[in-house]
Amino acid sequence: MLRGHQTWIFQNRPVIVSTGTVVGPMEGEGPLALDFDLVHGDIWLGQDSLEKAERKMLEEACEQAFAKADLNKEAVQFFLCGDLINQITPSCFAARTLSVPFLGLYGACSTSMEALALGSLIIDSGGAQHLICAAVSHNSTVEKQFRYPTEYGGQKPPTAQWTVTGAGAALVGNQGTGPHITSATIGRVIDMGISDPFNMGSAMAPAAVDTITAHFRDLNIGADHYDLIVTGDLGHVGYEIARDLLIKHGLTISEERFTDCGILIYSREQPVFAGGSGCGCSAVVTYGHILKRMKAGELTRVLVVATGALLSPLSYQQKESIPCIAHAVALESGSEG
Amino acid sequence: MEHYIWPFVVGGLICVIGQVLLDVAKLTPAHVMSILVVSGAVLGGLGLYEPLIEFAGAGATVPITSFGNSLLHGAMTEAERTGLVGILTGIFELTSAGISSAIIFGFLASLFFKSKG
Repeated sequence: MLRGHQTWIFQNRPVIVSTGTVVGPMEGEGPLALDFDLVHGDIWLGQDSLEKAERKMLEEACEQAFAKADLNKEAVQFFLCGDLINQITPSCFAARTLSVPFLGLYGACSTSMEALALGSLIIDSGGAQHLICAAVSHNSTVEKQFRYPTEYGGQKPPTAQWTVTGAGAALVGNQGTGPHITSATIGRVIDMGISDPFNMGSAMAPAAVDTITAHFRDLNIGADHYDLIVTGDLGHVGYEIARDLLIKHGLTISEERFTDCGILIYSREQPVFAGGSGCGCSAVVTYGHILKRMKAGELTRVLVVATGALLSPLSYQQKESIPCIAHAVALESGSEG
Repeated sequence: MEHYIWPFVVGGLICVIGQVLLDVAKLTPAHVMSILVVSGAVLGGLGLYEPLIEFAGAGATVPITSFGNSLLHGAMTEAERTGLVGILTGIFELTSAGISSAIIFGFLASLFFKSKG
């Protein structure tokens, strides 16, 4: 049901039945390592191309979600997924393996919550009993796609971010005890004129702020409604900008209740510049770390705001600025429901 | 001792220019490389790069600016020998060893190793 301008309220309260999270070596060395289902020590995952490794991570994340829910793929009606590679081939190829009816999505790094928002709407409207929402990114394939192959060894400034090697999948259903999905706000594309692809946090921060303020306006709630508001991949640079912008919009959220997946996933000692990025970043942190904290009773209401930079290698070579987007999904612990 | 100091200073300064272009002018690595190559060719054309090599040795021949200088000299030498077409046939004459070995050794390395990052 539409509320306000751009927010859906899910009256039937779809449930995250189970999740699967698979990450690479750098994430395995980070502070959230124990929250993930599978940690790979090798970025190749034993495959002969990095793109195949990315697809395999996605397939493993889905398998984990199926196994934990004790469901087989015949029980799932749809697979909603996206990634950052041309023509979203890792998702399409994983969908070939799964052979579940497939909707391919592209929202850059916001894809994780784009999938979860649309999946929840389908479940809420009775369009499915179960479906899988997933997103994947792989550091080396994304570098090759958007910047330079890693072998080139191009220098990066401190505002750059490290793309997360990881796949996160959520099995969403119409009943169960897991965390409920209560609402979602679909973001507008915001472009403040930043054209530096090594400073995506700054480019995405205004989009995150626009969606967060729209969410609060549409639902007529205050910032204290949520125990935690977590953005997707703003990193340290974008996070500070987003906090300043929120204060300018009259939304003061304390540092303990506002964080970013790109900051959480790595420690400050790791060589990741301003933090993590990529659509795997918000997917594995939300489906691994955040949901674990909700199940442990540490968090009751959480707003996940996945941020995406909608550039292409061609668009920035042609000196276009970077349009950005953010989608917000509200989660609530089962005990409250 | 001077054989070490001047190459170090001159080579280092060329690299400083590259780093400033990256950090301050916010150019991409590809832009920086192109600018340095073209600068080397222009300096070579003005007759300034050869004196720099005489003065600083490897400090001037190792950075990518030297590649631009070599492109120019290959083209000019061949143009003197065979006329205008020589500009086209001579441009890679002095640099073909470097370019070919990059391709061949790159290919050989790719047969035996996988990238780690």
